[in-house]
Amino acid sequence: MSQAAEIRVELPAHLRTLARVDHEVRIAVPCPVTTAAILNAIEAEYPMLQGAIRDHGTLQRRPFIRFFACGVDLSHDPVEAELPAAVASGAEPFIVLGAIAGG
Amino acid sequence: MSKVRILAGTRKGAFILTADGTRKDWAISGPHFAGWEMYHLKGSPADPNRIYASQCSGWFGQTMQRSDDGGQTWNPIGNKFLYDGVPGTHQSFDGTPHPWEFKRVWHLEPSLTDPDSVYAGVEDAALFHSSDAGATWTELAGLRTHGTGPAWQPGAGGMCLHSIILDPSDPKRIYIAISAAGAFRSDDGGVNWKPINRGLYSKYIPDPTAEVGHCVHHIAMHPARPGTLFMQKHWDVMRSNDAGDNWTKISGNLPTDFGFVIDIHAHQPETVYVVPIKSDSEHFPIDGQLKVFRSRSGGNEWEPLTKGLPQSNCYVNVLRDAMAVDSLDECGVYFGTTGGQLYASADAGDSWQAIVHDLPPLLSVEVQTLA
Repeated sequence: MSQAAEIRVELPAHLRTLARVDHEVRIAVPCPVTTAAILNAIEAEYPMLQGAIRDHGTLQRRPFIRFFACGVDLSHDPVEAELPAAVASGAEPFIVLGAIAGG
Repeated sequence: MSKVRILAGTRKGAFILTADGTRKDWAISGPHFAGWEMYHLKGSPADPNRIYASQCSGWFGQTMQRSDDGGQTWNPIGNKFLYDGVPGTHQSFDGTPHPWEFKRVWHLEPSLTDPDSVYAGVEDAALFHSSDAGATWTELAGLRTHGTGPAWQPGAGGMCLHSIILDPSDPKRIYIAISAAGAFRSDDGGVNWKPINRGLYSKYIPDPTAEVGHCVHHIAMHPARPGTLFMQKHWDVMRSNDAGDNWTKISGNLPTDFGFVIDIHAHQPETVYVVPIKSDSEHFPIDGQLKVFRSRSGGNEWEPLTKGLPQSNCYVNVLRDAMAVDSLDECGVYFGTTGGQLYASADAGDSWQAIVHDLPPLLSVEVQTLA
């Protein structure tokens, strides 16, 4: 039986408004903690975010969404790759943010 | 006393304006969904407190919202728009095949009789329907797959399905229009479709009279004359007296017949409004003078309406879904500009006032007349 980790997730302002949450959410994610596992958990807890971070059909990250953690851009890493231990332990947040775009 | 409620979608949020039947003093609420592009909001004719809204963002994609209390509170609804089956391809700008890709919802058309039933026109062009108040959406794929779909191509604003008209006299009849494919009609509730573009002439396509490929900007129908349609095409203002089977040019004495909006007086089916725009390369009024043109004869003879509208240094545009009418005894006419002005006329267009003039660019204007 896999354990669950409590992950801290930071969402961009527009998605916090949409999900009606404050700055940071805490969410239970089954181990091993990966980007895909976090997104699955976020979308299950906040279904209004389905389609806003990754495409409904392909489950690909939306082009202007980025994933950061521990000072590293994880956006282009495989979504099944295990995330740093500091994210899994809750010491560091998993950050979802909108890319700098639009002028 | 009757009330009027305007639902205004802008590039940076939605605004709701209300007034009593005199339409002199307006209360404004908003921005709702601040910072998001609000392509369209529309209330249910069967339950005016139910309002559907299309909310989107280049970052976060498409979200849908629904209010059940006249726009005071909102809740997200389903935003999963998946094309039916293998989507196939349409033409890209360079003529090569391009896979259908959902981008956004341009237009929402609630059922005339059922508050839980609503249609959505999307980019890349397709028609979706929800029968559960927006919780889930199903494509009416017969439109996209009836045969001409692979030849459709985007206009400059994208390949959008922007007009949906439901025939009040025939629940099975639906009209839609797509830039830049043309107008289409279904007579069986959206299962089967056919192009209705005979009579359109578009010199910017290889065959100017082709079955599809015309850049229809908007179509309008008066509910008392469901077989009569009016169209603002890329160039040309057109009319059909036979449910779109044949079209006739009615530009008449307009100073230019390029434009985006077209609408009809609530009580006079032959009184039509357009806002002529200089050209396809200069999207603003001629000589910086904003003029609505009205025809009281169903086209060809047009009169400029300028009282209260800026007649110098005005270089705004009026986008395709940004004009609406109310149904009070003295018909009100409303339109929004890309400069953020929302103009209203309480006397069928004879005079105008900017009831708000510093909003973000207006994408859509809808009006509800409330008992």
